[in-house]
Amino acid sequence: MTAHDPALPPRPNSAPTIYAYDEYDRAFVRERVAEFRGQVERRLAGALTEEEFRPFRLMNGLYLQLHAYMLRVAIPYGSLTSRQMRQLAYIADKWDKGYGHFTTRQNLQYNWPKLVDVPDILEALADVDMHAIQTSGNCIRNVTADHFAGVAADELEDPRPTAEFLRQWSSAHAEFSFLPRKFKIAVSGAEHDRAAIKIHDIGLRIVKNAEGEIGYEVIVGGGLGRTPFVGKLLREFLPRAQLLAYLEAILRVYNRFGRRDNKYKARIKILVHETGLDEIRAQVEAEFAAMDRAPFAYDAQELERVVAAFAPPAYEALPAHSDGFEKAKAENAEFAAFAAVNVAPHKVPGYAIVTVSLKPIGGIPGDATSAQMRALADATDTYGFGELRVSHEQNIILPHVKRDDLFALWRDLSAAGLATANAGLISDIISCPGLDYCSLATARSIPIAQAISERFADLERQRLIGKLGIKISGCINACGHHHVGAIGILGLEKKGVESYQITLGGDPTLSASIGELLGPGVSAEEVPDVIESLVQFYLAERRDGEAFIDTWRRLGHKRFKESARREGEDGSGI
Amino acid sequence: MALVSDGAFIADEWRRLADEESLPGAGKVIVSLGRLPAALEDARLTALGVYVANTTDPKALAPHFSRLALIDIAFPAFTDGRGFSLARLLRREGFVGELRASGRLTPDQYLHAIGGGFDTIEIPDELAAHHGEANWAKARQARSLSYQRGVAGGASILERRRKGVA
Repeated sequence: MTAHDPALPPRPNSAPTIYAYDEYDRAFVRERVAEFRGQVERRLAGALTEEEFRPFRLMNGLYLQLHAYMLRVAIPYGSLTSRQMRQLAYIADKWDKGYGHFTTRQNLQYNWPKLVDVPDILEALADVDMHAIQTSGNCIRNVTADHFAGVAADELEDPRPTAEFLRQWSSAHAEFSFLPRKFKIAVSGAEHDRAAIKIHDIGLRIVKNAEGEIGYEVIVGGGLGRTPFVGKLLREFLPRAQLLAYLEAILRVYNRFGRRDNKYKARIKILVHETGLDEIRAQVEAEFAAMDRAPFAYDAQELERVVAAFAPPAYEALPAHSDGFEKAKAENAEFAAFAAVNVAPHKVPGYAIVTVSLKPIGGIPGDATSAQMRALADATDTYGFGELRVSHEQNIILPHVKRDDLFALWRDLSAAGLATANAGLISDIISCPGLDYCSLATARSIPIAQAISERFADLERQRLIGKLGIKISGCINACGHHHVGAIGILGLEKKGVESYQITLGGDPTLSASIGELLGPGVSAEEVPDVIESLVQFYLAERRDGEAFIDTWRRLGHKRFKESARREGEDGSGI
Repeated sequence: MALVSDGAFIADEWRRLADEESLPGAGKVIVSLGRLPAALEDARLTALGVYVANTTDPKALAPHFSRLALIDIAFPAFTDGRGFSLARLLRREGFVGELRASGRLTPDQYLHAIGGGFDTIEIPDELAAHHGEANWAKARQARSLSYQRGVAGGASILERRRKGVA
């Protein structure tokens, strides 16, 4: 803590459950801030041209958007403490417009910072062991992981120590800071994939081999954008000790041979596709065999240090059943709905995982005001061991809440406007910022999300419809992950008019699939009607317990397509 | 052309030879990869260097390492990072002579270059004037710590943790 935030109270009960910087991490980030401060000064003085400045501002998280700069703050693997959340709120108030936007890569974006202020903002982040390093640019991006890490009932191993190793290894990497294109890595340690590892440049899944040793399944070449690919299996089992060396080998092959002639063909997915998986594997294995692995020598002590940082909090021994929780549900229907939708099972008896939706009906997906950030920090200090997570669905997680405390938590969240009971439902929409903010966008995304959310405002009806992921991108770069939405929406521009393509059947999990096109694009006004007709067809056809995607898989795309065509009569509008 | 070495602009003792120029009778010259076999035959040269594209196969150069005093890797754009990987591979193959990066690199990439094993950076004169010598000197000291070995101060942060030294 420094003079930057006199309002920041010391929090003796701050989470001991996430990695805290040591003196080296802290000094490294400070040096990085000082370096960037110098670059900003040179830019402002004209000693760096915008072209020269660009890659360096990007690798410090600073974009130039439609109206202003945008700063993307790294929240490594989505974990943060209440203290860090309060600092994010403080920054939003002091240097931005009092809010921030949580992204699909577990980061936070400020949409209105001034260039001259950015070094001070980075300094304020460093005060709480945070940074904006490599949240943008053609480098290894902030590593993401399962937002239920450490608490999920289906977990083999907490993926966060692995992700933290990757954060350190990739930070300011001398060799891999000028790659052909951006490079995203995601880690999952559970049976169910909540980290979308098959749509990343590299996806790592923690697995156990026949000998009972822990290692990684390595997936390569997944990605969305204008040419979506589901990742392919590069290595079935990579021993834990070899992880960093093996990733170094993959990155070296990519840095040397990835295409640089066309930015839309520069991701590793294209290299894998054009070269062939077997040939890429041979190249990676050859590099891995030839390289000096000494710098990556397995260090049990270091692993122990990092793992210890993620030690579980001091749970109480509690019965699995909570009378208070059951009673509150019986007495309060609204709370019962919240409990049914936003509360997930925890691996420890008597505890639960709570998803706080940042998708209020008609709101902007992922936005949180500074007051809400503080409310979340207070809530987790009171009920959640001071820890928070950001999910790639753009929601906030309280990972350890006593079942006995759920009702009290819900009341606090309600008071802060944070109790929308729609996690995983049709109005829990993932959306990119779209044309309202982004200079790449070809259409608006947020207003489409808001219109759908308002159309399905009735939460009881949403529960009846059940789990249904809608994902919206405002251009073919697919930041809203529309390819993997059970219903995906892609905003394009046709002759000066926004036109929305709808796809069905996308899935970001281990059963990953890319959505299929429903038909010609529709206007912004028509989107809610088309979704409505698809939902009605699904409700008429579904069997017991079947989610939208399951019905779609069982009936096939054609049936859904036909149903949509009937709605649009000759199909011209759809 | 300006040459950066140890954070300062120094005089370049090497002469880069265009393919149409004939080999001089003496001195340090840098020739293209295509001309390397012929130049290697010529015993009059005191020292020989070669300039290569960043797509060059490091293994193809390895047989000539004992005769080569310098390898100059072209950076066609400062955002093209292939040269950083090639430098590392040449070092791994055993090249111990001068490694030079040439192109429109900025001081902000100095630590990346040092990390890859480069000794010198050759930049156009107008670019050298634009950024100034002081910024190169400063950039060399920009960070004292790195998570990778050999970038800033030698040992990586991991190695420092092991030794328990700051």
